[in-house]
Amino acid sequence: MANVPKDLRYTREHEWAKQEGDRVRVGITAYAQEQLGDVVFVELPKVGAKVTAAKNFGVVESVKAVSDLFAPISGEVAEVNGELAQKPEIVNQDPYGKGWMLVVKPSSKGEWDQLLTAQQYEELIAQGGH
Amino acid sequence: MSTPLKRTPLYAEHVAAGARMVPFGGWEMPVQYAGIVEEHRATRHAVGLFDVSHMGEFEVEGPGALAALQYLTTNDVAALEVGQIQYSVLCYPSGTIVDDLTVYRMGDERYMITVNAGNIDKDWAHVTTSTEHIRDARWRNASEGTGLIAVQGPKAEALVGGLADRDVTGLGYYRFARGRVGEVPTVISRTGYTGEDGFELYAPADGTVTLWKALLAAGRAAGAVPVGLGARDTLRLEMKYALYGNDIDDTTNALEAGLGWVVKPAKGGFIGREALEKVRAEGPRRRLVGIEMVDRAVARHGYPLQKDGRAIGIVTSGSYGPSVDKYIGIAYVETALAAVGTALEVEIRGQAKAARVARTPFYPPKVKKPG
Repeated sequence: MANVPKDLRYTREHEWAKQEGDRVRVGITAYAQEQLGDVVFVELPKVGAKVTAAKNFGVVESVKAVSDLFAPISGEVAEVNGELAQKPEIVNQDPYGKGWMLVVKPSSKGEWDQLLTAQQYEELIAQGGH
Repeated sequence: MSTPLKRTPLYAEHVAAGARMVPFGGWEMPVQYAGIVEEHRATRHAVGLFDVSHMGEFEVEGPGALAALQYLTTNDVAALEVGQIQYSVLCYPSGTIVDDLTVYRMGDERYMITVNAGNIDKDWAHVTTSTEHIRDARWRNASEGTGLIAVQGPKAEALVGGLADRDVTGLGYYRFARGRVGEVPTVISRTGYTGEDGFELYAPADGTVTLWKALLAAGRAAGAVPVGLGARDTLRLEMKYALYGNDIDDTTNALEAGLGWVVKPAKGGFIGREALEKVRAEGPRRRLVGIEMVDRAVARHGYPLQKDGRAIGIVTSGSYGPSVDKYIGIAYVETALAAVGTALEVEIRGQAKAARVARTPFYPPKVKKPG
């Protein structure tokens, strides 16, 4: 069973979100990277770009597949993990740590509570992830 | 409508090994075990074991067998000695491709051809109906009863040699011999789809599990691992070997696909000859080339190619090449833009990303010298 940290929130599309003061850090889950296999390319927005909850903000590609990334919350991109351009495999090695993707400055407060809890996300992946 | 997926004799072995199974050409096949990149590297540096039992095998026998194959395939089958193998193509009258295949001369008047898994039914209909006028050529579809394991990598010779009841070191590239491997009667073929030295071992379906287990056990210390279709694809991509359904199909002709080296009109009549002679005389309008990305992005099958905003071709295969550490691909481009180094753009999610025509193979082949 893939690791699902209790202190994070999740999307149905397998992104995680972590509250850090007034900002939110975003990445993909351990389950997602296992399903993808070897990640070979990550395309992310630039600092200052706007992202919208449940809308595509980038792309992650494994050897075989192209998958869209979906924003857990709306807001402005404050930081981007530039290391992933050269070392996309970090997403496989450390999805909740060094494999983070964005830090977002949220534009509305209510969206956080719409995200799945760790327990809800565990139930989702126990059913096959859909 | 969906028909149930077919399974190879090794299906249970793959599931027990924790492989991820996916549908491929009507078959349920392992796409990866430990991970595509790891399996790719194991094949380049040690030895990989591939279940390719889904491939099809047809036999043709009799005084008319040579004539039947000469009429069906583009290469010159008369050049084959017993024990020798030839890469070739089955064409339609238009010169486009029914399938690519290997032709084995098993005896004086006996041959075997190996065809792609997803094309078995189509190919069987094509070879039998197209040669109805040729007398004394008896066809047999041996696909169901035949297992096939590819053993590929620098340690393949030691592994197969150690289990075989005969010498394999003297077997040249595109040659085969009969022998027992791990007590299983096999056709030991010095061929493959990775660019590494290695073998493809044809075995009776009921001996395939025994052979697989013997190879895994004997190879473990040397780093032998099972390899799925994912790494099979990146390995062949680094060699620019065409994959039917991706790079070649019934809309692409053999010459534009770069397979002119197996098109031999001087041998006499064959299906597609007139059309291919015309293409050769006029020159193909497009060519299958290798590309490498200049911008960081991954080209994929079906992505459009452009130059200065004008559509000039299409990507047919693309991924990350683990042994070259680049994003590489195969593409059809207009002939005038096929020279190595030509700058192009791949349209990826609405954006033009820089790429160029690359020298191929992307990775230097290590195959055995022809014998």
